[in-house]
Amino acid sequence: MQADLFPLLATGLGETLYMVALATLFAILLGLPLGVALVVTEPGHILSAPRLNRVLGTLVNITRSFPTLILIVLLLPLSRLLVGTTLGSTAAVVPLAIGSAPFLARLIENSLKEVDRGKIEAAQAMGATPAEIIRKVMIPESLASLTLGVTLAIITITGFTATAGAIGAGGLGSLAVRFGYQRYRTDVMVATVVVLVVLVELVQWGGNRIARRINKNRHTFG
Amino acid sequence: MIRITGLSKAFLTPSGRVTALQEINLTIDKGDIFGIIGFSGAGKSTLLRCLNRLEEPDSGTIRIEGNEITRLDKVQLREARKKIGMIFQQFNLFESRTVFGNVAFPLEIAGYPKERIRERVEEILELVELTDKIASYPAQLSGGQKQRVGIARALANKPDVLLSDEATSSLDPKTTWAILNLLQDINSKLGLTIVLITHEMDVLRRICRNAAVLDAGEIVETGPVARLIANPQQKTTRLFLASDGLPAAARAGHDPHGGEESRDAG
Ligand SMILES: Nc1ncnc2c1ncn2[C@@H]1O[C@H](COP(=O)(O)OP(=O)(O)OP(=O)(O)O)[C@@H](O)[C@H]1O
Ligand SMILES: [Mg+2]
Repeated sequence: MQADLFPLLATGLGETLYMVALATLFAILLGLPLGVALVVTEPGHILSAPRLNRVLGTLVNITRSFPTLILIVLLLPLSRLLVGTTLGSTAAVVPLAIGSAPFLARLIENSLKEVDRGKIEAAQAMGATPAEIIRKVMIPESLASLTLGVTLAIITITGFTATAGAIGAGGLGSLAVRFGYQRYRTDVMVATVVVLVVLVELVQWGGNRIARRINKNRHTFG
Repeated sequence: MIRITGLSKAFLTPSGRVTALQEINLTIDKGDIFGIIGFSGAGKSTLLRCLNRLEEPDSGTIRIEGNEITRLDKVQLREARKKIGMIFQQFNLFESRTVFGNVAFPLEIAGYPKERIRERVEEILELVELTDKIASYPAQLSGGQKQRVGIARALANKPDVLLSDEATSSLDPKTTWAILNLLQDINSKLGLTIVLITHEMDVLRRICRNAAVLDAGEIVETGPVARLIANPQQKTTRLFLASDGLPAAARAGHDPHGGEESRDAG
């Protein structure tokens, strides 16, 4: 172990947290509307549009079938366009967010589908608009499940950032590659892995806690 | 007054066309408690759901208090729905909202200001005798209490009509009784029209003034409940009265007039 280990780790962790936070935020901004659209445009749902539904579904499937690394590389030109560079943590946020949005959209879709149709019909019978049904019924009713979905997305994005680190995004992933792998710094390698594992555990623990809290009053069991 | 003329509805299913309603003509007086009875699959729910167009009729017209429901566009329909309350067998309460939040929902939708919402929710919870549960979540309530919340939610925005699809079917007899009392109370206090589906003879006898008997998508008999019971004209009506709502086969061998005794014995 060498003296620069902690400063290195602190910088790496800072960059990773920065990328994960921003990428998650933008993934939610993209994935939530997409997930909602995947549900409400289903045939017979509140904004039934079977054609659009099929198009969206296919689009999501195609993006999801790309290997992460390839997707990141493919989206780098977009980073240049939006951020002005393809290097560094900020540039990495663009492909990370876009790459994980379809995945998050599917998770959100599944959560929203758990909401009983009877509740949606009750809201319709009261004269609620589709927007009100989404905002006041579908999202609040599935909030615990949505939280767990976002938690899983954060963990997945954390993994993505490590991959992105390998191609110059910075963060813990790049630390592991540059020092641990290329300079044979085993201490950096091990410490990076430990920090990532702890990070993921913390996120999962936090997500579970929030979901349990949301559910506390909603179920007599559990 | 609700006036239904020539109402038909069929469902297209993978296995073919299912006719649910055929040329229904029906008039329900303002302030009535009107029962719709019939065996399973007769089309009762479909008929009720056509009244607020949760189910889109294929043809025919529905008028509620002069408003032609079947001609409204989406926006007008939403406005009309705000004056048609509905309660369900499965209650369909919002689990993410407290009792207050559930009853407030239709008021939020209708654009009530905050203070008016609280006022109205408290008032209506008093009517259904649930004031002490205002901060509870549905999961913390009994079935009967849940249905009271359902009723409060349906009545909050002062509807002209209350639609009820088997609202007491998942409740025990004592709770059913209390809920029926409440509906009757509301009917006389607020003068709103109640249309209710039931497969329980007790419910029909207890609170309905008039009723229609539905069989295979058609109304086979309609009139005052007392007359239907005393002098049923149609086979379906007699079967239904005799069977007490159960499929006829389940009661095979029973004297059609022995409903009361055999239930006491059972
Ligand atoms: N969404 C639907 N799709 C296809 N068929 C349907 C649909 N809803 C109802 N049906 C059919 O329409 C007919 C009438 O159904 P409906 O639910 O109105 O009967 P019901 O009298 O309410 O029966 P129950 O007492 O069992 O509730 C049945 O044959 C049913 O299978
Ligand atoms: Mg039914």
